[in-house]
Amino acid sequence: MTASLVPSGDEVMLRDSARAFLAEASPVSALRANRDGGRPYDPALWSEMVKMGWAGVLLPEEAGGSDMGHRAAGILAEEMGEVLAASPFLSSAVIAATALRAAGSARLAGIAEGATYALALDETSKFAPERAGLQATRAGNGYRLTGRKCFVADGGSADRVLVLARTAGAPGEAEGLTLFDLDANSAGITRTARATVDSRDHANLDFDGVEATGEDVLGEADNAMAVLAPALRAGQAGLSAELLGLTSGAFWMTAAYLRERRQFGRTIGSFQALQHRAAHLWCEIEVTASAVANAGRVLDETPEEADLAVSVAKARATRTAKLAVSEGVQMHGGIGMTDEFDMGFYMKRARVGAEWLGDYGYHAARVAAARGF
Amino acid sequence: MLQHSDDPDTFRANISSWIEAHCAPELRAIPRTDQQICWGGKRFDFSSAAQKAWMQAAAETGLSAPRWPVEYGGAGLSRQQEKIYREELARLNAPTPLESFGLWMLGPALLEFGTHDQKLHYLPQITRGEIRWCQGYSEPGAGSDLASVQTRAEDRGDHWVVNGSKIWTSYADQADWIFALVRTDREAPKHRGISFMLIDMEAEGVSTKPIRLISGASPFCETFFDNVVVPKEDPAGLSRIVGELNRGWDVAKHLLTHEREMIGGGAQGLLGTRSLGAFLQDLDDQVLADPVLRSRAMELEVDSLATAMTLDRYKDMAKQGGVGHASAMLKYAGTELNKRRYELLMSVTGSDGLDWDGAHGALPSEWLRTKANSIEGGTSEVMLDILSKRVLDLPSQ
Repeated sequence: MTASLVPSGDEVMLRDSARAFLAEASPVSALRANRDGGRPYDPALWSEMVKMGWAGVLLPEEAGGSDMGHRAAGILAEEMGEVLAASPFLSSAVIAATALRAAGSARLAGIAEGATYALALDETSKFAPERAGLQATRAGNGYRLTGRKCFVADGGSADRVLVLARTAGAPGEAEGLTLFDLDANSAGITRTARATVDSRDHANLDFDGVEATGEDVLGEADNAMAVLAPALRAGQAGLSAELLGLTSGAFWMTAAYLRERRQFGRTIGSFQALQHRAAHLWCEIEVTASAVANAGRVLDETPEEADLAVSVAKARATRTAKLAVSEGVQMHGGIGMTDEFDMGFYMKRARVGAEWLGDYGYHAARVAAARGF
Repeated sequence: MLQHSDDPDTFRANISSWIEAHCAPELRAIPRTDQQICWGGKRFDFSSAAQKAWMQAAAETGLSAPRWPVEYGGAGLSRQQEKIYREELARLNAPTPLESFGLWMLGPALLEFGTHDQKLHYLPQITRGEIRWCQGYSEPGAGSDLASVQTRAEDRGDHWVVNGSKIWTSYADQADWIFALVRTDREAPKHRGISFMLIDMEAEGVSTKPIRLISGASPFCETFFDNVVVPKEDPAGLSRIVGELNRGWDVAKHLLTHEREMIGGGAQGLLGTRSLGAFLQDLDDQVLADPVLRSRAMELEVDSLATAMTLDRYKDMAKQGGVGHASAMLKYAGTELNKRRYELLMSVTGSDGLDWDGAHGALPSEWLRTKANSIEGGTSEVMLDILSKRVLDLPSQ
């Protein structure tokens, strides 16, 4: 039986402390300052998160973590999403932590200390891990990696990079892939920062004969999915939680505006046309919140069965976020279109979050496959 | 005899062997049809001896009302035990032994607002399937605006005289008693002059007329009260009013909240029970090769699963102190989803699904019936009103 979908006492405390910390340390104005200052995130904020133990939320105690689990990681991601806090949390503390843990990597403890990671996976404009074609060819005792990765979240700033490369087979096959854990500043890696709409760190990475040893292989060669699949599930669940938080942030900002803005001699929130749209959106958010909570719980309890739960969460979170930011701009009217106002930041992050780690169609198709059609 | 073990695994094993022992194999067939629903009541025609035996076995152990207190005819189960019981019923493909408006609505109202004596008298009649109740809420002039009911009960000393009419009284023509909202104070503001009254359908002056719906035959009736005498007290001294006089709106609101949770949750008999997956597996592969149909099916599956998780989450929230007005969300989301499901089922079955009684049974009638889901028990628009005012705190002007 799945544990309660309502947060436990510990989880409520974690949420409350995260919320209080982020309200002070990283309001939406911090994202604006990052953008205007041309930096993808504030390393000082990440240091604070590391000090509070957030980087170790999915790590075992012997690696310096608290092992609180995926539901707890989701609660942190949700709170970050609410205020659009930018940090390497998902790439490092969720995705890399899960991959390194699944592989039994000796580098695990580095994550708890704040080492930052990026996952270099996509090679085309749509998420499709098995289509990876970046070549890792045998060379002496090790490998040489050559090829190009695009849309690498946190790829411009990360200390290390997890690279999905093909060691056998052809693009399209799930077998024959190997996951490498490399120093992001290795010779032969060229990182090209991209100016994505959400003002966060995304980069294209070119690999030109990058040397890797057998020790850099995470898990087994030719069998990347054994460590990558759990890491992707964790990342997708965490991203769903971030999107849910973003959705909630955009929604309550809009609801507050509906209560305050006056036109035609009335508060616009008194118009039934807007009330019903707002209430519909709130219902969608409630349903999505259930899917997100469920994904975290299933990952903690029966991770081998989590594919369906995670894909339901990512599909729902993607779609609900899109609705919330669209309605957010429309209900704010002209001011919603201005850069001075924060709603645009929510809309842009929602669009990037929609694509990262699989879009609506990718996850809906996985749901359908799991349900037999 | 069933042992109410506290250990969930033992309880599951016990309840499962109890179901196996008392629910005859012939009852455990799919698909489930209307005839298989056991409604009980004085005039109920059991579809088989097995159906009657199953209901009686459940009544004896209180399992027709799993969570009601034992002293009122229930089984006194915990939420978790009830969940296990329902899971085992589903797993063994056993029908719910008894369904009724008494179990769904009047019982919860009595448990919350009734006197101890009213509970002792009325509740066991419900759990044993002896009395079948119907609900008298809506009127021709009081639909969404329910508090404007005009059916009146005039005070004549030791009795009331009731006049007026009710509409959408489900199964009124087969019910033994009706619980109705009647106006007992015509001077008071509309919410303050209503009482929740129990009326014997056999009383002189009560009559019913079935209403035919777009889905064909329908369980709905219009019910007329023509100078119906309702004693203020039964021979046993029981009041025919539940809760306080003129405070029936409080009872009605409580019940409507309950009803919303139930409709949103897809209670049997109110929402169709056909699942999409079972349907799709039997279909010609070509049907889902249509990218538009396929995409609708995928979206519906995502939303259905997330909605099921929401029902679970709200049940968990209820354990921790209730969900209040947010239950309007369950009603809105659940009924709108059900309408989408049946629209899709009609699309994927194509011309095979167009006969009233054809390759897919009574699918068209079920499809048409779902259109009422977002009307009955408060329309979707009323749900959105409740949410925007009570949950989102949006202003009225």
